Amino acid sequence: MSELVDDLLAGKHSALARVITKIENRSPGYREIVSALHHHTGSAEIIGITGSPGAGKSTLVDKMAAQYRERGHTVGVIAIDPSSPYSGGAVLGDRIRMASNAGDMDVFFRSMSARGSLGGLSTATTDAVTALDAFGKDYVIVETVGAGQNEVDIVKTADTVAVLVPPGSGDDVQMLKAGILEIGDIFVVNKADLDGADRTVQQLREMLQGRSTAGHHGASGSEIAETDADVSESEAWEPPIVETVANRGEGVEQFLATLSDHGDYLDRTGGREQQARDRFAAEIRTLLREDANRLLAGELHRQGGLDEHVDTVMARETDPYTVVDDVLAPLRECLDEE
Amino acid sequence: MSVEQEQDERTIRCLVAKVGLDGHDRGAHVIARALRDAGFEVIYSGLHRSPEEVVQAAVQEDVDVVGISILSGAHKTLVPKILDGLREYDAFEDRLVLVGGIVPDGDQAELRERGVDEIFGPGASMEEMIRYIRQQAPER
Repeated sequence: MSELVDDLLAGKHSALARVITKIENRSPGYREIVSALHHHTGSAEIIGITGSPGAGKSTLVDKMAAQYRERGHTVGVIAIDPSSPYSGGAVLGDRIRMASNAGDMDVFFRSMSARGSLGGLSTATTDAVTALDAFGKDYVIVETVGAGQNEVDIVKTADTVAVLVPPGSGDDVQMLKAGILEIGDIFVVNKADLDGADRTVQQLREMLQGRSTAGHHGASGSEIAETDADVSESEAWEPPIVETVANRGEGVEQFLATLSDHGDYLDRTGGREQQARDRFAAEIRTLLREDANRLLAGELHRQGGLDEHVDTVMARETDPYTVVDDVLAPLRECLDEE
Repeated sequence: MSVEQEQDERTIRCLVAKVGLDGHDRGAHVIARALRDAGFEVIYSGLHRSPEEVVQAAVQEDVDVVGISILSGAHKTLVPKILDGLREYDAFEDRLVLVGGIVPDGDQAELRERGVDEIFGPGASMEEMIRYIRQQAPER
C-alpha cells in the first residue's frame, strides 16, 4: 500500500489513477492512503466549475487546461457525471471534449460517476482532489452538473467556484431554484455569441445585486456566516460576470485572469485560510458522522439486528424512542464517565 | 469496523475507444450503452482518437477493460501502438484489451500474440461480451 503512495509521490501516472480508483471504490486501505497523502497537499489551486447540462463546462475546462499548460502549469481534472439510477452503470462522456489536451499526460483527466452513494460522492471527490494535489498538480478543476445538494457539497471543495450559464436559460426562477446563485464566486455566460447572451448577462447582474454575502461560503451554514462577516467588512467580493465562447477559446484568458483575481482576493483577506479551515471542519464532521454510524450499525448487527426491536414496537410493548434510548445507553454511559 | 463498510464489490470500468480515421461509431455507441446497462461504468472516447489518446484515457481512468473499436482495417498498426503505450505506463498487466470490429482471421493470431485478450467480430453478441468481461475482469 505504501508502495502505491510512494509511486504516486514519485509522479507515476498509473499510481495516481489507481489511488483514485481505490478512493472511488472505498477499497480496503484507502483511508491510510489518503491519510499519508494529506501531508503532501496544500499547494494546488482548486477550481470548481458547475452549471446546467449543455452549458459548455467540459469545453471550457478543456480550454482552461490548455491555457494553463501553455503557461507551464500542470492540471488535474475531475469530471463528475450522473450514473443511471437503474443499472448503476454510466456512460461518462466528458472526455470527448478534452480534444485540446490530447495525449498530454500532464493534464490528468478523470471521470467519476455519481454511483448513487448518498453523500459519499463529496467525500470521494475531496479525497481525489487530495490525491491530485499531492501528486503535484498546480491546478485542480472539479467539474460537475449544478443541481442538488450533492453538487453544491462537491463544489465546496474548491477555492473558487465558477458557475456557467448558457444564454437564453433566462427564466430567473429556474436558476434561483437550483440555489446556484449563492455558490458562485464568478459567473460565466458561455456561448456568448448566441442570441440572448446580453439579456442573460443583464438578468444575472440584477439577480446578483440582490445577493447578500460574499463568496460561496456565505450559503454554507450559520457556523461559517459569523466568520464570513469579518471578511466582507474589510473587502467584499462582487462576483464578476465573464463572457466566453469556449469552443473558440474566446474569453478564456479573461476568465483565467478573473479566477486569479479571486485567488488574490482570498490571499489578501485571509479568505483562503478560512475556507480551508471550514473545509476541513466539514470533512471531519462528515467522517465522524459516517464512522459513528458505522459503529452503531455494527453494534446493532451484533445484537441481532433491528427485527426484534421492531417486533416489540409492533406489539406496542415499547416505542421507537425507548428502543433508541436502550441501544444508546452503553454509549451514553461511556461518554458520561469522562 | 471500517473495513466491513469498505465495499467488496467494485464497479467495472470500461473504455470504449474509436481510434484512427474511422467514422463508424454506431457500433461503439450500441456497445457503450449495453455495457452501461450491464452496470459497468463506460468512458467513451469520441471519434478519431490517436493511439496516444487512447493510452492516456486508459491510464488516467484506470479502466479494467480497454475496448478498441476499429473498422478501418488499420488494426495492425494502431492496436500494437496502444499496447506498447499501455506497457510504457505500466498499465498493461492488469487490464483486458478487447478489439471489436472487422479483423481478418489471418490477423487475429498476431494481435493476440501482441497482447490482445479477445477479438469480437461482427457476429458477436452483447451477452457474450458482457459475460466475457465479468469473468475475465482482472482481480486487483
